[in-house]
Amino acid sequence: MRHIIAVLLENESGALARVVGLFAQRGYNIDSLTVAATEDPTMSRLTLVTRGDDQVIEQITKQLHKLIEVVKLVDLSESAHIERELMMVKVKASGDQREEVKRCADIFRGQIIDVSPTTYTIQVVGTSDKLEAFIEAMCNTQILEVVRTGVSGISRGEKALSL
Amino acid sequence: MSQQHQPELLSGGAMLIRALRDEGVEFVYGYPGGAVLHIYDALFQQTEVKHVLVRHEQAATHMADAYARASGKAGVVLVTSGPGATNAVTGIATAYMDSIPMVVICGQVMSHLIGDDAFQETDMLGISRPIVKHNMSVRNPADIPALVKKAFYIAQSGRPGPVVLDIPKDMTMPNQKFPYEYPKDIKLRSYNPNAKGHPGQIKKALQTLLAAKKPVLYAGGGVILGQASAELTELAQRLNLPVTNTLMGLGAYPATDPQFIGMLGMHGTYEANQVMHNADVIFAVGARFDDRVTNATKKFCPNATIIHIDIDPASISKTIMAHVPIVGLVKPVLQEMLHQLEKHGNTLDQAALGQWWQQIGQWREVHGGRFEHRTDLLKPQAVIEAVWRHTKGDAYVTSDVGQHQMFAAQYYKFDKPNRWINSGGLGTMGFGLPAAMGVKLHYPEAEVVCVTGEGSIQMNIQELSTCKQYGLGVKIINLNNGYLGMVKQWQDMNYDSRYSSSYMDSLPDFVKLAEAYGHVGIRVTSPEELEPALEKAFALKDKLVFLDIHVDPKEHVYPMQVPGGAMNDMFLSKTERT
Ligand SMILES: Cc1ncc(C[n+]2csc(CCOP(=O)(O)OP(=O)(O)O)c2C)c(N)n1
Ligand SMILES: [Mg+2]
Repeated sequence: MRHIIAVLLENESGALARVVGLFAQRGYNIDSLTVAATEDPTMSRLTLVTRGDDQVIEQITKQLHKLIEVVKLVDLSESAHIERELMMVKVKASGDQREEVKRCADIFRGQIIDVSPTTYTIQVVGTSDKLEAFIEAMCNTQILEVVRTGVSGISRGEKALSL
Repeated sequence: MSQQHQPELLSGGAMLIRALRDEGVEFVYGYPGGAVLHIYDALFQQTEVKHVLVRHEQAATHMADAYARASGKAGVVLVTSGPGATNAVTGIATAYMDSIPMVVICGQVMSHLIGDDAFQETDMLGISRPIVKHNMSVRNPADIPALVKKAFYIAQSGRPGPVVLDIPKDMTMPNQKFPYEYPKDIKLRSYNPNAKGHPGQIKKALQTLLAAKKPVLYAGGGVILGQASAELTELAQRLNLPVTNTLMGLGAYPATDPQFIGMLGMHGTYEANQVMHNADVIFAVGARFDDRVTNATKKFCPNATIIHIDIDPASISKTIMAHVPIVGLVKPVLQEMLHQLEKHGNTLDQAALGQWWQQIGQWREVHGGRFEHRTDLLKPQAVIEAVWRHTKGDAYVTSDVGQHQMFAAQYYKFDKPNRWINSGGLGTMGFGLPAAMGVKLHYPEAEVVCVTGEGSIQMNIQELSTCKQYGLGVKIINLNNGYLGMVKQWQDMNYDSRYSSSYMDSLPDFVKLAEAYGHVGIRVTSPEELEPALEKAFALKDKLVFLDIHVDPKEHVYPMQVPGGAMNDMFLSKTERT
């Protein structure tokens, strides 16, 4: 099962290495990982997408908790939440193709953020599924480059991961 | 403001030593080098914190580790950057695997050189990350007192473990001084280790235990680390529970008490493994269901309801699902259980318990720790029994790793906690001698025995020199079987006795070697020489005596669990299997 784990971390050098090291050391998967400082500059927030059965996920959250610099964490997948990922796709687009690419981007509410005589760069925001669907929809187009930020997540309603 | 409230101005190096003093540290074990010269100079200029100069940094870590195992307080290591730090790695990993509190101070190259592949630069934070509870580096000399406080706090609280403090050389400059004040308390928003245990869970645990017909108490190193032996013993005796200890838990419950059924697991007693396998309630206290205990987890104790107390939630339901988990320090949790028991009374089904003890009595007769007694050949088991007698069961016993370790665990009956000191989790050959030194230094009046093998002792034999320098009169029991015996045993059992590199040719004359270092050496080659040799060795109170005892090279350790089997699938001798 896919899980999205959000972690509040002391914003100290080495803290991120400890999280990543833990996953490598214990053989856990990381599908994606994003990290940046929060409104409180002493804390970073990290969103991790991982896979495993219940026992593995339980170990992952427990082991993360044990890291001294982990302040708090939550498995977002356990309750209602929102996830978003940003993707930029650079595609070959000339002649007739230009219209078709544009139409497809519109359907996915993508934005064309850069243009050259032979290429378009499209930005799409959404769940990972949506991003994958967009790539699939572009299968008739020559994709030059794909870059994804990885998932960020937040829980719905009044629930908040904060101090 | 009065004069005495003015904090003293000290250099980074001097602050470090002062902070150690204020933390109550008496001894630091270490080895100097370029990156720590300022610190060594600060050490030289005071007398309260004493330094012990080892011959190899690994030994410094094991000394600190063993001191911690015997006393419950963190041991302190001081090494230089680069090779000094990497030499300490095995000892840090050893402490980590057994959850031993330790503070390792490593020198580092000047801050501005970090990342340049400078002389004797290694990324010690990176190297040690997977084998420490935490590590930190000093960025500003003024932070040193707070970082030392933090290091000790983290090392000693919750589930203990080693902490590495990396100190670039420019953080300890003698001419840069800062106001020194040692923090009284420390609080970390991201770390809150002291759990008392959920009262509802504790109640449920007691109810589950009292409903058992075939209970067993399975106690591990957490009871010793958590200083909860007295509570454990009281609870076990009030309820008349059979008690088994892990390798790390030996001494948590008195071994000579009739309720003790021996160690469990790979080389556990027949009765302990049978009791576990057939139990209906397993009460696990400060133990972690290690693979050396459980054997194949799929076949583990099929009928048991499991109650598990541990301070580390990650140890609960990691390999074996716990039905009643309690996250908490074992001492307050057991105290609460005793308190609740007082209120509710002992409602255990006494008839069922009586039957259970009868069954246990029958299991005890099956193997009962038997071994062959010979008049022409020394048996290692007999040596350990003799050492136990000669030390009245009250010595600190350290060991190395191999058959001799298992014989010591099986045949030395530990009645007190903190007396059995061995590398259980990592299984580090070379641990025994420095460990004995660490204990002897702090408990000079106590009898300290190192049980070792001719393979293991050579991994840190150079420390005989340190022993001479500091007058450490430990007794070394070298169970010399001429082989890397434990390896040979596996080769006998699984590789048709093809002894691939398990025989060591050209062993030194250990007696002469001991003498060369200024100690006493005694060789024992036949059973009748054993008693007089032990007599003589233990009479030489302040001397290090190296007893090179030639034992049966063919002996195996039994019982031994059958790999891939259940807990009670065991070999009982070379020819018997359950
Ligand atoms: C540093 C290290 N290297 C290798 C091993 C693997 N090992 C485990 S027991 C053993 C043999 C130990 O021989 P010895 O010290 O003579 O003890 P014996 O088993 O003969 O009593 C070896 C090589 C280990 N535990 N530690
Ligand atoms: Mg040997």
